[in-house]
Amino acid sequence: MREPRTLAPPERRVAVVSGIERLGAYHLVTAHDGSGPRDPRPGQFYMLAAEECWGGGGDERPYLPRAFSYARAHVEPDGVSLGFLLEAIGPGTERLAGLGPDDGLALVGPLGIGFRPPSDGARPVLVGGGIGVAPLLCLQEELDDPTVLLGFRSAAHAQAAALFSGQPSVVTDDGSVGRQALVTELLAAELDADSAVAIFACGPPPMLEAVRALCADRGVPAQLALESGMACGFGACFGCVVPTTDGYVRLCLDGPVLDADRLETAMFAGAGH
Amino acid sequence: MPAIPDPTPSARQGTFELCGVSLRGPVLNGSGTFDAIAARRAFGDALLERFPFDAFVSKTITLEPRQGNAPPRLWETPAGMINSIGLPNKGLDGFLATDLPELAQLPVPLVVSVMGLGRDELARLVGAVGERDEVSMLELNVSCPNVETGLIMGADPAETALALERVRPETAKPLIVKLTPNATDPGAVAAAAESAGADAVSLVNTLKGMALHPETGEPWLGGRTGGLSGPAIRAIALEQVAAVASRVEIPVIGMGGIASGRHAADFMAAGASAVAVGTESFRDPAAGRRIATELAELSLPGRRGATPSRGV
Repeated sequence: MREPRTLAPPERRVAVVSGIERLGAYHLVTAHDGSGPRDPRPGQFYMLAAEECWGGGGDERPYLPRAFSYARAHVEPDGVSLGFLLEAIGPGTERLAGLGPDDGLALVGPLGIGFRPPSDGARPVLVGGGIGVAPLLCLQEELDDPTVLLGFRSAAHAQAAALFSGQPSVVTDDGSVGRQALVTELLAAELDADSAVAIFACGPPPMLEAVRALCADRGVPAQLALESGMACGFGACFGCVVPTTDGYVRLCLDGPVLDADRLETAMFAGAGH
Repeated sequence: MPAIPDPTPSARQGTFELCGVSLRGPVLNGSGTFDAIAARRAFGDALLERFPFDAFVSKTITLEPRQGNAPPRLWETPAGMINSIGLPNKGLDGFLATDLPELAQLPVPLVVSVMGLGRDELARLVGAVGERDEVSMLELNVSCPNVETGLIMGADPAETALALERVRPETAKPLIVKLTPNATDPGAVAAAAESAGADAVSLVNTLKGMALHPETGEPWLGGRTGGLSGPAIRAIALEQVAAVASRVEIPVIGMGGIASGRHAADFMAAGASAVAVGTESFRDPAAGRRIATELAELSLPGRRGATPSRGV
């Protein structure tokens, strides 16, 4: 099967911000990309930077662009509208969250390899934690009514669940929305009921590790969208490697979506930073 | 990957010459800052149609395969970054069998960077790579310890001269020595390399740097220390390029934080014959092409000095 990778143009371009929507703890940045491919694959990512004033923030950063899986890609007559979900937690995300309409969003992408479709007969189950729900949004649009399980820290974060269609199952760390539980508890119950499923997961490293271990125990196929600090996004810097059963792989090139059975753990050094 | 036709000889003809090799312009990449094979997976053949550099410098290869350092490997700094990559590569045999045929499809001349853990190993690499027709020039990465002496080859003029004397008979192709800025006197190292037969020098490599984990205070990088690059080091690099250019007659390839044609022009005004783009390519894969265009516009007759290099 051809790998789910739409090629990127070999240069940075500038998309135009069309809207910033506040969703509790998160921001949804929407930008019009007039010259890039209109068919990125769910799980692929873009390297983002503000066109202006990228630098000079906290600790005189940011300097490098930041990698974001796209959450939405809607074709428009003269391009594609891309949506990125972010939480302002550092100088890069703070600058991106501060963008306004008509500001320039410099981007390179789509990059990496996205999610592969589930094999025949396997019911897709999407498992998302926190900001990691982003690539599951566009994936939900491509699948036939998948089960969606989401976990958030608090009610403010859980507002992102409203971006999903249908009725996703939502739990929170503090019980402010849904049950007080981990999303992996929902997943375990789901697997108890029916194990003929294919798991698609994205979230913080401890969540992904719990998903990996759970699926490994039960022999359920899982694809994990991972994160690792990266400078370039296209294999140049060799900075984003993660340990796999085949040795180090560059997550930007061979990921960010990896089959869970290629990993001995999703909790590698540097994960989560 | 679909095969594409070899560039015609005329496509390789350039208007610029470096060590007797004709290039279409003076903008190279810094070794280890662009993986053309990986970039072709991400960008497809459009990369070849709009290749960002006038010559391509490979990532450093070693005799044996290396998996590189444990992650984390990166740390962002003010106007720059620290990397601790650890020279992952397939080793000489893997490079010749797998990578070289793909690099030979690039539309520009190929420079292969090699590093040896000692003079004999370096000589073996230079001999094996230098005899390949696909390779136009070699770059010697001497920023590593010599296992025979424990000294960093490129930090010491005598060590550098001995290395050059050992490898010089192995190839007639141009040898570029990549100088480390972590030397007491890079100008003296460059002069020693020139005397021992180097055809060019390139500088700067990264400056040694360190970052600490924000919570534990332990070194953040898996390799504990790393190399600082980006605009943060540009002023240091410019000074070292000027110092080295005043000591040698051979071409100097200048690099260190170059992010615009104006920066490239500054390095050339300081004595560089050619420039290389490194970290800026991480921010924009087409940075080399943009910088070459900006540099060419600055160099147009009548334009010299027409624009001030910076505002106040």
